[in-house]
Amino acid sequence: MKKILALLFLTVVPVTGLAAGGAACGMVQCDAVDIDLGDEESLQNGARIFVNFCLSCHSAAYMRYNRMGQDLGISDELVEENLLFAADKVGDLMKAVMPADDAKVWFGTAPPDLTLTARSRSPEWIYTYLRSFYRDETSFSGWNNAVFEHVAMPHVLYEWQGEQRALFRFEKSTVTVEQDDGAKVDKEIETKVFDGFEISKAGTMTEARYDAAIRDLTNFMVYLAEPAKLVRYRIGIFVLLFLFILFVAAYLMKKEYWKDVH
Amino acid sequence: MSDDGVNRTRRRLIGITTGLGVVGTAFAAAPFVLSMTPSARARAAGAPVEIDISKLEPGQMLTVEWRGKPVWIVRRTLEMLNAIDQSNKLVADPSSAVEGQQPAYAKNKFRSIKPEYVVLVGICTHLGCSPLAKLQAGPEAGLGSNWPGGFFCPCHGSKFDLAGRVFKNVPAPTNLEVPPHAYLADERTGVNRIIIGVDRIGKQRREGVA
Amino acid sequence: MQKLLEWVDDRFPLIKTWEEHLAKYYAPKNFNFWYYFGSLALLVLVIQIVSGIFLTMHYKPDAGLAFASVEYIMRDVSWGWLIRYMHSTGASFFFIMVYLHMFRALLYGSYRGPRELLWIIGMVLFIALMAEAFMGYLLPWGNMSYWGAQVIISVFSAIPLIGDGLAEWLRGDFVVSDATLNRFFAFHVIALPLILVALVFVHIVALHKVGSNNPDGIDIKKNKGPDGNPADGIPFHPYYTVKDIVGAVVFLMAFSAVVFFAPEMGGWFLEHDNFAPANILQTPPEIVPLWYFTPFYSILRATTESIMPVLSVMVALLGLLSVFTVRGVVAKSVMIAIAAVLVIGLYALEAKLWGVILMGASLVLFFFLPWLDRSPVKSIRYRGWMYKTALTIFVISFVVLGYLGTQPAEGPKVLMAQVGMVLYLLFFLLMPWYSKYDRTKPEPDRVTMK
Repeated sequence: MKKILALLFLTVVPVTGLAAGGAACGMVQCDAVDIDLGDEESLQNGARIFVNFCLSCHSAAYMRYNRMGQDLGISDELVEENLLFAADKVGDLMKAVMPADDAKVWFGTAPPDLTLTARSRSPEWIYTYLRSFYRDETSFSGWNNAVFEHVAMPHVLYEWQGEQRALFRFEKSTVTVEQDDGAKVDKEIETKVFDGFEISKAGTMTEARYDAAIRDLTNFMVYLAEPAKLVRYRIGIFVLLFLFILFVAAYLMKKEYWKDVH
Repeated sequence: MSDDGVNRTRRRLIGITTGLGVVGTAFAAAPFVLSMTPSARARAAGAPVEIDISKLEPGQMLTVEWRGKPVWIVRRTLEMLNAIDQSNKLVADPSSAVEGQQPAYAKNKFRSIKPEYVVLVGICTHLGCSPLAKLQAGPEAGLGSNWPGGFFCPCHGSKFDLAGRVFKNVPAPTNLEVPPHAYLADERTGVNRIIIGVDRIGKQRREGVA
Repeated sequence: MQKLLEWVDDRFPLIKTWEEHLAKYYAPKNFNFWYYFGSLALLVLVIQIVSGIFLTMHYKPDAGLAFASVEYIMRDVSWGWLIRYMHSTGASFFFIMVYLHMFRALLYGSYRGPRELLWIIGMVLFIALMAEAFMGYLLPWGNMSYWGAQVIISVFSAIPLIGDGLAEWLRGDFVVSDATLNRFFAFHVIALPLILVALVFVHIVALHKVGSNNPDGIDIKKNKGPDGNPADGIPFHPYYTVKDIVGAVVFLMAFSAVVFFAPEMGGWFLEHDNFAPANILQTPPEIVPLWYFTPFYSILRATTESIMPVLSVMVALLGLLSVFTVRGVVAKSVMIAIAAVLVIGLYALEAKLWGVILMGASLVLFFFLPWLDRSPVKSIRYRGWMYKTALTIFVISFVVLGYLGTQPAEGPKVLMAQVGMVLYLLFFLLMPWYSKYDRTKPEPDRVTMK
């Protein structure tokens, strides 16, 4: 039986290991981002950016303003004064300023709700995406994104970041293709490979400051996707401690009874 | 097996484990019990309501919804106020002695902040029906010739006067509830608003409006 | 108190039930680690029912409202997030417990006579649980919920003639829609739970009729002590109640660790794509059922044209083997006929249908275990190398199939899944031979405590 257990273990471990493998964000690798929900200042800054910029077109329609205020240490009055652009009451859901139908006409697609993006995509994806806009004259909005090709969204924060250009190189490689008659032929193909960004017009922020702002925004969106995350770790520790004490008592009781059997 | 020793240890261990188990179960039950309390959505929907009363004519009534309940605002005429004065003998609790049916600032003769306006939760204190408004005094209301004007509950026949005070010998035990409310008045623009659900207006709103 | 008890007992067999199923139910004293999972599965059932009732108070089974109502539970309802995570984590833990419980039966031959019916009830229970989990997974109305249901219901359309009509009937629409959500809700919250509870009851009654098996696989009723009770048995209460309480607490620790610290379990318990609302116009890049379905899903996908020759050779060899084994001309002819029909069928029917048949077979074969196993002993402790090897290969192929089911079906992974599927099937189909010819050790007369 031990052998079976060992074998089970040996098969399960590589399986789970493989599943956690490196993530790609479109054409680029995802950048790591430091998520810290204990950093209230960062969350507040993220909330400010989110409400001022994102909420113009996107909604966060499962979240209430006052809940955000309570969790982030912002009083109802301050929320009402500084963050309540798209609603009348602090208890309202965070709807977008722009009606979804108008947005659909302007962008060709309705901007998605952002409440859960940090969970449906990933924090790394958001962080990388918001730093990967580049100028592309061929696109409708004049912008393109290395993480989300042909995205309908223009670069909203370009005044902060400045304008980037994407550098591409073309790699030649040969692949074997099978033709209709079954004969195999080598074919040379060219693939477009992303090779980094180049700032073509400076913004009002340095790269480090822009990255920090986006980190705050990402941090906030992680909170937004799951407000319970602020409390569940703390409660979990108490639950586990309690269960451990219960385990000791239950184990001693079992041992006492099983003296009869052994 | 020495009976006494073993049994005592066992009994103690059972006691400890059961005790911990009961505590644990209580803690585990708490989230389930609390999940049935009004949610953030219900609380947001129950937020204070603002009503413009500048267009309300004397002798008229306005019904608004607050926390899913009808709330009446009646602008009473001088005759109506006189009728209230004279119906003290007819009602069960003329001085609003029962606590909790009105905020302290409405515990007066007319059960209101300004005598002219009364704000009442339009739910009968008997079993929760919404009474009908029979504001006109006299026999036209079909409630006898000495009807002073007020409200009549069709469910079980309870009667209330124009201050929401309950009549004697009707099923309803107490006066109609006066909800917490406050005035938002702006002398310059003539806007006259009532906010229902709060006792006082926040500092910022007072400065901003009045 | 005593009076009240007597009053009740005169009208309801309270004491009799208590004694029959707990205080005087004699269970073998040598239960080991593997014997926790039955009671733990029952514990998860209770957790699921309780948390499910409270979720139902806030959930809206309406295609326009369902997704938002789940987020409403996660945010606006006090402690709703905890109740929801208990339910979503509970679903995965239910299958972990049930798989370990079933593996225990394979280890110690718990499905063998006289426990055949107990085993069959358990297998029905398992299939009902799969239906319950599948229908429950649609309710959050996330994009994976939606497309997962779409794909699995489409599986039924592979059935010739009635398939398309059947799939439409199940959905109540031409695609998965509000009607589907509404009926899945009805099945998930009332129909299947009733069936599950009833089956659990019958499962336990059947168990207590035939008595529990044990790691030695021997019958403890053969050796009775002077008091007439099995000499190797101990009353379930208090000995196994106190033991199962310890198991329950350890379980709750693992359960809480996931609920509070990793409810998504890296996408294994709650999938990322399911945090986006159902979108009828956009399939997720890769449709992945939750992990507990993936071994069977792999088998469904692995059945392609290319594996038909392998399967037909397999059928032919098994047919040949059967012909040499069975006695009598009639039996031999029947075997040849079955093999011939199967081989013709493999080429006559399309691969899509065979995928469904084989996926079904991978479940149905479990039902026949009591009769496929011809070994003179029950427990793996006294079996020879053949069964041990077969079981190991089976477990590995089950796990590998499970993993492959979460991966895109491409390149060598298809081949791996096909190999896994053949090995999975052979564990059952070859069992009559390898279990019979295996070199077993003699069983002891009395249970051993290890």
